[in-house]
Amino acid sequence: MKKTLSCSPEHALYLKRIKKKSAIVQVARAGLLIALLGIWELIAGLQLVDPFIISSPSRIAVMIADLASDGSLFYHIGTTLWETLVGFVIAVALGTGIALLLWWSETMRRVLEPYIVVLNSLPKIALGPCIIIWFGSGSASIVFMTILVAIIVVIMNMLSGFMATDKNKILLLESMGASKLQILQKLVIPSAIPEFIGVLKISVGMAWIGSVMGEYIASKAGLGYLIVYGGQVMRLDLVMASTFILCVLAAGMYAVVALAEKLLVKK
Amino acid sequence: MNEHQTGPLLEFKDVSLTYHTKTGETLAAEHMSFSVSEGEFVAVIGPSGCGKTTVLSLAAGLLKPSSGEVLVYGKPPARGAEYLGYMLQKDELFPWRNVESNIVLPLEIKKMNTPERRKQALALAEKYGLGGFLKHLPDQLSGGMRQRAALIRTLAAKPEILLLDEPFSALDYQTRLTVCDDVYNIIRSEKKTAILVTHDISEAISVADRILVLSARPARVTASHKLGFGSTVPLKRRESPQFSGWFETLWRELNA
Repeated sequence: MKKTLSCSPEHALYLKRIKKKSAIVQVARAGLLIALLGIWELIAGLQLVDPFIISSPSRIAVMIADLASDGSLFYHIGTTLWETLVGFVIAVALGTGIALLLWWSETMRRVLEPYIVVLNSLPKIALGPCIIIWFGSGSASIVFMTILVAIIVVIMNMLSGFMATDKNKILLLESMGASKLQILQKLVIPSAIPEFIGVLKISVGMAWIGSVMGEYIASKAGLGYLIVYGGQVMRLDLVMASTFILCVLAAGMYAVVALAEKLLVKK
Repeated sequence: MNEHQTGPLLEFKDVSLTYHTKTGETLAAEHMSFSVSEGEFVAVIGPSGCGKTTVLSLAAGLLKPSSGEVLVYGKPPARGAEYLGYMLQKDELFPWRNVESNIVLPLEIKKMNTPERRKQALALAEKYGLGGFLKHLPDQLSGGMRQRAALIRTLAAKPEILLLDEPFSALDYQTRLTVCDDVYNIIRSEKKTAILVTHDISEAISVADRILVLSARPARVTASHKLGFGSTVPLKRRESPQFSGWFETLWRELNA
């Protein structure tokens, strides 16, 4: 607070205005959520629409409490979270590695380009039956699906990041007699770090898509499993509760990546 | 390197170069011959797009001539040879490295990052006024300071010959004049041989001992002028009465 004391009154006013504006945004955000939940609860409570079909915030809360009390909630969260994280980490590591290889060899890049394009546009769910047959109906299938969904985005974005390395800086290193490996270490990788962070953000979302999709087609546990199961037995409370938890988890994981960005970029 | 010092330091012997692209081939340089002796500051001027940069790429061993010979110390130059320092139009400092680690970059690349070489490079930075900025990131430096850091980086590996590719053109006019003086003084006091490529006639006159004029593509050497300013600094040269005379001569030759 000492900072505000040392600045001019005009600047203080300016800072105050900015603060006020961001406070308004925060309040409006929270308000919108509360209003939506309130309307939902009201519609369900007054039986305007059958709560059996649309569920309601209070029923969701009860459902979550039920699931938590017998411990199954944490089992399902743990399952999905683990599958997503493993898939995400493998996809990012492997995808970045493949992108590096493609950067290194122009021939390989040109050979593989059409395959990557086709694989990118292919709806990965189409491979569902094959994946179940190959990997069984357990975590292996789901992790594989997660990798499949996330990795193409990682490869394409990282490759374009590597390829966008400043040509003049490459020339500079070449004039110093740098080897290709040195150019990679000293220039290409460090200059692609912002791209890498962007890729992390995108692929976190992709990993969630992959893992839930995987659980839809083959699983005995996990939030995706709960959603499918809830749908089959017409328990909308269960579907909504699982979806809500997914939202929270996905947002949390994104926040972790955003935090990692802050730490990395500060350097 | 005494065995080489009988002839000129750098020599182009009847050099021709053809660029190949998918759409065809371009003759960039044709029968180019000239030499640069030790300690000389040579400026190369020519109409834009005539292949001035090609001259430096050939001298640095980044390109091989299609015919003829490029000789440095009597031998074809090797890419990244210790005796060559290349300086580009923009400073190309790596923004994630501080000034110090930018300056020692050539030492890292050339695998001679010994404490002793490091100390020498940093002493150079100290000597030319970058001492207080070693831990700064390039973004915190002014354009002139950045270019100076780029020059110190070029000098870090102790090259004998500096190849300068329009090193001032990315700066605003005011900064350009002072940085030009700066660079000139540093190169002179470090007793380096330099080849400066530029499209700016007055810049060439203000720094060079000798000016080579290139023709439009394919580039040939059409004239070579010894200026005779001695060691007068660039800003003083600009005030000299000979300056406008040279300017006019070169202007006419470029537009011939």
